[in-house]
Amino acid sequence: MVKITGLVRVFPAERGAVVACDRISFEIPPGRFFTLLGPSGCGKTTTLRCIAGLERPDDGEIMLDQVTVYSARQRLFVPPNQRSIGMVFQSYAIWPHMTVFDNVAFPLRVGRMRLSSAEIDRRVRGVLAVVRLDGLEQRPATKLSGGQQQRLALARALVREPQVLLLDEPLSNLDAKLREQMRLELRALQRQLGITTIYVTHDQVEALAMSNIIAVMHDGRIMQVGPPREIYERPQSPFVADFIGSTNLIRGRVAGPVGVDLHRVDTTHGPIICTITEGAAPQTDVLVSIRPEDVVIRDGPPAGTPAGTWEATVEQVVFLGESVDCRLAVGELILRAHAHPSVRFRRGDRVHLEFNPERCIAIRPEGDAPA
Amino acid sequence: MAPAFAGSHAPALRSRVSGPTLLLIGAALLVGYLTVFPLIFLVYGSFLTPIVGGQGGTFTLDNFVKAYADRSTVPILLNSIAFSAGTTAVAFVIGTVLAWITERTNAPLRRLFFAMSLIPLIIPGILFTVSWIFLLSPRIGLINLWLQDLLGLPAAPFNVYSLPGMIWVEGLHWSPIVYLLMSAAFRSMDPALEESALMSGAGLGATFYHVTLKLNLPMILSVFLLLFLRGLETFEVPAIIGLPAGIQVFTSKIFMAIKGYPSDFGLAGAYSTVLLVLTSLGIYLYARVTREAARFATVTGKGFRPRVIDLGPWRYAAAAVIVAYLAVMVMLPVFVLLWNSLLPFYLKPSVQALSRLTLENYPFVFKLPKTTRAITNSVALSVASATIIMLLTSVVAWIVVRTRIRGRWLLDNLASMPLIFPSVVMGVALIWVYLTLPIPIYGTIWILLVAYVTRFLPYGLRACSSGLVQIHRELEEAAEISGASWRRSFTSIVLPLLRPAMVAGWMYIVIVSVRELGSSIFLWGPGAEVLSVIIFDFWQTGHFQELCALGIMLVLALVVLALFSQRLSQRFVA
Repeated sequence: MVKITGLVRVFPAERGAVVACDRISFEIPPGRFFTLLGPSGCGKTTTLRCIAGLERPDDGEIMLDQVTVYSARQRLFVPPNQRSIGMVFQSYAIWPHMTVFDNVAFPLRVGRMRLSSAEIDRRVRGVLAVVRLDGLEQRPATKLSGGQQQRLALARALVREPQVLLLDEPLSNLDAKLREQMRLELRALQRQLGITTIYVTHDQVEALAMSNIIAVMHDGRIMQVGPPREIYERPQSPFVADFIGSTNLIRGRVAGPVGVDLHRVDTTHGPIICTITEGAAPQTDVLVSIRPEDVVIRDGPPAGTPAGTWEATVEQVVFLGESVDCRLAVGELILRAHAHPSVRFRRGDRVHLEFNPERCIAIRPEGDAPA
Repeated sequence: MAPAFAGSHAPALRSRVSGPTLLLIGAALLVGYLTVFPLIFLVYGSFLTPIVGGQGGTFTLDNFVKAYADRSTVPILLNSIAFSAGTTAVAFVIGTVLAWITERTNAPLRRLFFAMSLIPLIIPGILFTVSWIFLLSPRIGLINLWLQDLLGLPAAPFNVYSLPGMIWVEGLHWSPIVYLLMSAAFRSMDPALEESALMSGAGLGATFYHVTLKLNLPMILSVFLLLFLRGLETFEVPAIIGLPAGIQVFTSKIFMAIKGYPSDFGLAGAYSTVLLVLTSLGIYLYARVTREAARFATVTGKGFRPRVIDLGPWRYAAAAVIVAYLAVMVMLPVFVLLWNSLLPFYLKPSVQALSRLTLENYPFVFKLPKTTRAITNSVALSVASATIIMLLTSVVAWIVVRTRIRGRWLLDNLASMPLIFPSVVMGVALIWVYLTLPIPIYGTIWILLVAYVTRFLPYGLRACSSGLVQIHRELEEAAEISGASWRRSFTSIVLPLLRPAMVAGWMYIVIVSVRELGSSIFLWGPGAEVLSVIIFDFWQTGHFQELCALGIMLVLALVVLALFSQRLSQRFVA
């Protein structure tokens, strides 16, 4: 289990200071795949490096598996070489002057374990088999392909059987095909070993595909923590809604409830029915988030839609193969919509838009404006 | 879970003084001792009356008054500036023209030239100077004699014993450095920058002025400053050509103050202090300009194919320039040394002289005990100083580049400080230090070791820190995460990866240590002779044939060493 409480890390800058981690707190149950997701500069890597011990926090507390490794209050800081962690770096950090075997054996040789060489040999071969690099032991580490180097870095991180595995954008240096394949392999391996894993990425697809829990970070703060589906379907802030996937944000004001968790929201472009699970008082200002794939485009007005439909003009149609990306003008407002490739609209067509109330999420506009 | 981390469960409180901090303190003390003491003692000593038999040593301004109120000081200052400026101009023009020909034109022979461009850097300044006296002396200079025969001139057309003669020899000697710097600049500039100016409607002239020249201006300025500083600091040409010609500059004046009778350390100190102020100013400007150059950096790490200009029939003229340069830079100097080394006494090259050729000078050189001692001393000193410097600077560079310990900038500045010391000034300063401190090493091989280690410390630091910057920080962090202590990570990861840079730096320091004359000439003593001092001594006592034989062997040894180091560094890169 990993528990982070009130973690603060401030970097001195030319003018003032940059708060890379602003009172970060989260908890990861054992064996979970936890992802820190956010744009570059949001503090996700700094958070990871604080957990690793490569960065010394300014405040807060870090516990790895019931052991406090950092506590500002107790003035405690366990250096990285005494923490129970394995880490895969963005650059892989494969030592070029060593063979595959020596790279993996290094953590066993330098630690306090004092293992026999037979035991080291057994463990290294074991972990190399797990990452499917067996047979390449004596090869110079630089003579490996990108994917093999990645697996070697993973083997080196796992060989000490650490309690926590830290992964710092490990897939960002691979080409698209390989990245997809490694994503699945990495996830399968993590499940198989049951090791608590913290993964840092700016790629939302990666985060959604691999994680048990995602923490979305922005400007040094955690914006939302939850399972991938919840993050995607129930964003709690405009930033999260916009960063995970893409979305249309429409300003409005709550008019009143129209059903269980359903509320009517009035916008300048017309009324819309939204889901608000925690309830909202009438006259509250909200932002309505509608994903482009949830905008239904029709030729004519459908019958019997409770809140009516919006009329729009097609501004732009981009054919993408698996979908058609449309920009639709509703008065001043431009909405994006993904339509099935079979539909054929032209620029200038008048259409009607329909929104599924369960897919329209009302978000409090305070906090961060969408970046 | 494995019991692997049992030990880590005890909370470890990182002590206030960590290993790297102790290392920083140790390195700072050692580096500070080497670099700060000479400076303090030099300035201090220049304010003292002469110490004679334990008397004197009281505060005085006389040295400065004597040095600068004297009317003869004005010509020295003017000579120094004229000599440095002339050297700068000659070296810059020659080096830049050659760089342009080899990098930007289709002249034949340019590949060959690139391969040979390193050789001139290896020839020690004292040998280069001596060889040009053999070529341009009005009495025995080969070029003069040939031209007189050829054109029927009544007198020698050239006289090396003049300010233009000094400028020519010194400028030529520094031109390879300009060539290296400028060809790197030509090579790394993105041709798209020039092409886009052309596409914007600028003519060739406007493109050259607004883009090529202005982009490279910081770089060109920094080369100017570097050359000017070298001109102020150099010792060989002012001592060997300038003194007989009666043209004195700061370095030769300092030499005379110490080597004259009686030695006037205070006066030497006063001249040194002012020279030091000039060089410090130069180094400061140089640092400013190179920072500016970095901001203008046109190097993006991409392999450009620079625009090659078709010279048409002129390319043979360009090839002739290359051949002429190699002739004056390598062939003529080496030939004249070789020729003299094979003769029993000086003779003009002729058919008759050929029958006199002998190899006797070579074994004779080794029969002199001081020569064999000098060879042993030079080898021992250069190897020892290079080894000490590389070990020390690898640690210093690691602290400066990698750690975030407060105070590391001080270490960086301390280790770079010897850059402001001209070799002659370092010699004077070390005399003061070890005549004052109760450490009896003056006149022994140990003071030479201290001098070399101090003077070449910045070169080692440069090699190590540029090597270290190229080693990804994550390689070390991965070792830390793997459970390695910082000491283990330094020895198992940093040092092996830094080895190519360290080997290259080591070789360079060996070469410059063997060539070192400016400090050695003040610090050597009986039994502690070194090769450069012996060559200087041969020159002053008129043992020209022995000088040439020793010089030829020295050049050969240095060339072999340089080629070997080049091969070695290529193997490491591969």
